[in-house]
Amino acid sequence: MLLCVTSQSPPLTALADVTASDAALRRFLHGLPGVDGVGLEARAASLGTRSVKTTAKAYAIDLAISMIDLTTLEGADTPGKVRSLSAKGMTPDPTDRGTPSVAAICVYPDMAAVAKEALGTSGVRVASVATAFPAGRAALPVKLADTRDAVAAGADEIDMVIDRGAFLSGRYLEVFEEIRAVKEVCGTARLKVIFETGELSTYDNIRRVSWLAMLAGADFVKTSTGKVAVNATPANTLLLMEAVRDFRAATGVQVGVKPAGGIRTTKDAIKYLVMVNETLGDDWLSNEWFRFGASSLLNDLLMQRQKLRTGRYSGPDYVTVD
Amino acid sequence: MGFDYAPAPESRAIVDIAPSYGLFIDGEFREAADGKVFKTVAPATEEVLSEVAQAGEEDVDAAVAAARRAFASWSALPGAERGKYLFRIARVLQERSRELAVLETLDNGKPIKETRDVDLPQVAAHFFYYAGWADKLAHAGYGPSPRPLGVAGQVIPWNFPLLMLAWKIAPALATGNTVVLKPAETTPLSALFFADVCRRAGLPKGVVNIVTGDGRTGAALVAHPDVNKVAFTGSTGVGKQIARTVAGTSKKLTLELGGKGANIVFDDAPVDQAVEGIVNGIFFNQGQVCCAGSRLLVQESVRDEVLDALKRRLGTLRLGDPLDKNTDIGAINSAEQLARITALAETGEAEGAERWSPACELPSSGYWFAPTLFTGVSQAHTIARDEIFGPVLSVLTFRTPDEAVAKANNTPYGLSAGIWTEKGSRILAMASKLRAGVVWANTFNKFDPTSPFGGYKESGFGREGGRHGLEAYLDV
Repeated sequence: MLLCVTSQSPPLTALADVTASDAALRRFLHGLPGVDGVGLEARAASLGTRSVKTTAKAYAIDLAISMIDLTTLEGADTPGKVRSLSAKGMTPDPTDRGTPSVAAICVYPDMAAVAKEALGTSGVRVASVATAFPAGRAALPVKLADTRDAVAAGADEIDMVIDRGAFLSGRYLEVFEEIRAVKEVCGTARLKVIFETGELSTYDNIRRVSWLAMLAGADFVKTSTGKVAVNATPANTLLLMEAVRDFRAATGVQVGVKPAGGIRTTKDAIKYLVMVNETLGDDWLSNEWFRFGASSLLNDLLMQRQKLRTGRYSGPDYVTVD
Repeated sequence: MGFDYAPAPESRAIVDIAPSYGLFIDGEFREAADGKVFKTVAPATEEVLSEVAQAGEEDVDAAVAAARRAFASWSALPGAERGKYLFRIARVLQERSRELAVLETLDNGKPIKETRDVDLPQVAAHFFYYAGWADKLAHAGYGPSPRPLGVAGQVIPWNFPLLMLAWKIAPALATGNTVVLKPAETTPLSALFFADVCRRAGLPKGVVNIVTGDGRTGAALVAHPDVNKVAFTGSTGVGKQIARTVAGTSKKLTLELGGKGANIVFDDAPVDQAVEGIVNGIFFNQGQVCCAGSRLLVQESVRDEVLDALKRRLGTLRLGDPLDKNTDIGAINSAEQLARITALAETGEAEGAERWSPACELPSSGYWFAPTLFTGVSQAHTIARDEIFGPVLSVLTFRTPDEAVAKANNTPYGLSAGIWTEKGSRILAMASKLRAGVVWANTFNKFDPTSPFGGYKESGFGREGGRHGLEAYLDV
């Protein structure tokens, strides 16, 4: 099967031949440098020991708030829940209007329209999961319809899941084509590609799938759905960062990174920002290029923000629960 | 606005440094017999930290005599009792680890990150490990009832002052010896604080004696006729002098000397982790590590890729105040060492190697040297042969595994080597051919008290750490 990437920006044509066939794609992905898990985890842990205090902490907290994709992905989601979450996202701390808003509200496709209406012109974007999230076990036409629905309902961003089964059974080109197909129906919406790293299991797989998704046109690479046992970890997110860094060096195309699931505290969020800072640098230190998929993280950031501002820690009753 | 880390200095209030210190002999601090003292300074600021006694021959003699007196009862203790003291020392060290980390950083110049996360945990681990051996010596493989040697004279370097003390004292005490230890002239303070740890642990007087001073003190200790065992870690030059001194005597000798470790990166290496390993190999403790990976041997086919990644990474190293928790690169230990590193780096340039450092502002006072790498280095260059003992990496290339082995072994030293490849069989094949006491695979500068450490050739002889480390202190 032949597939060409001429619709991509020009530098990517240099890598066009690697997606020319399943065999070529396999050779390319398996030719990427291996990952030594012990070393990767040690590096992530060592960046986690950075001490971020006072002015740096204030900067990091505001940056982290502005990078949150405030998420509700429950079977019990209702328009009321999505509206209140949207209000929270636009004005996270009613006692301090200087608090930045979050980057986006992340919902299921059927709630995208509600979120869109609630967010209006606030600048907070609507992100919608799609493609039979979280399992991804549906036929391609269903996944594409799911995506179209979300875009039609006003989603600015689409968080798709890859077909982990296809990837694990080595059908790389199938995964590649599916991402390309979804990207096409996204139109102007930015596409985040969720790997569910906990299911791919090995670091080598995570590096390979990152390149595969970027070759297919992902605007963001994202660790996980938040629905499995192992979600974002410092190590697997660092690996994604190394992949987007290397991809830009090779193609000139910049791709964003979104760890999701399990990031609940300010301390953790700051560790991720330190990794961005020291792996990717300033170019990625904005919500254009880095996001946190999280829900409870926001209130911890707000409590720490209040503490930094007032010198007192007032506790969970002094931030809103939405 | 970028993400600039605000200063995060560890408080030095936790450590109380006295204006002067005496020698620790027979459980008491005392002045040198002739009253001589010297100053110890903080390398990062050149601030005088304290005045320390300069031990002369008379003091060394007193210390050895105290150790000799203590030997009879100490060696007669059941192993389990000696073990209790060592466990107690280990626990006191853990309790005081923050204080000792700050002290070590002040006196040595290395970053608090390292003293806090590497030196002090390793120090305590060493005492815990050898405490466990004290009552199990019959099972160590040195006979049913191995005997201690007597008084051990130990001379240690300035690069890991407290850790080298632990490497020396823990196995010596576990096996029933008593010790006289001379810390390095530029870093005497942590050994003197350790003397207080011994007192707090209730260690019988005379079992551990600390004599501070310069090379003359060390020479007197090594030459003392009533010393049964000499253990030295330091330069190959001094090691050779010591070997000459003890030649023809019954003293047992172990030497842990210099190195010119090869860090070998194959084309199938995990590149990102290899880069971390290269950085850790040569910039850990400002490269002032005998087992540093000071020669990078990179396969020619991935040379550019690895070098680009390495240079990018060096750009993120943070050099400055060693007490700042975010500092990666601290100060060089002394003006003398800085002069040596500077001279060797200049030789590298003069001999035609290409020098590179990241943009990096050096503090105006103190002893500092920017992380440096040299490319275009061949085996014939001085910087590929001489131990620099500083943050200077020489980059060489190879084409085949055989060539890598030949180049790695082509040195008078043989302390450490590293192999980076995703291929397990290649790791095993390489490790069996490398003439180095420690061979790391896909990691570098990893230490553990259970693992024996020592050299081939001019890197010395004898092993420290692990079961093997007991032998140096037993009459076998």
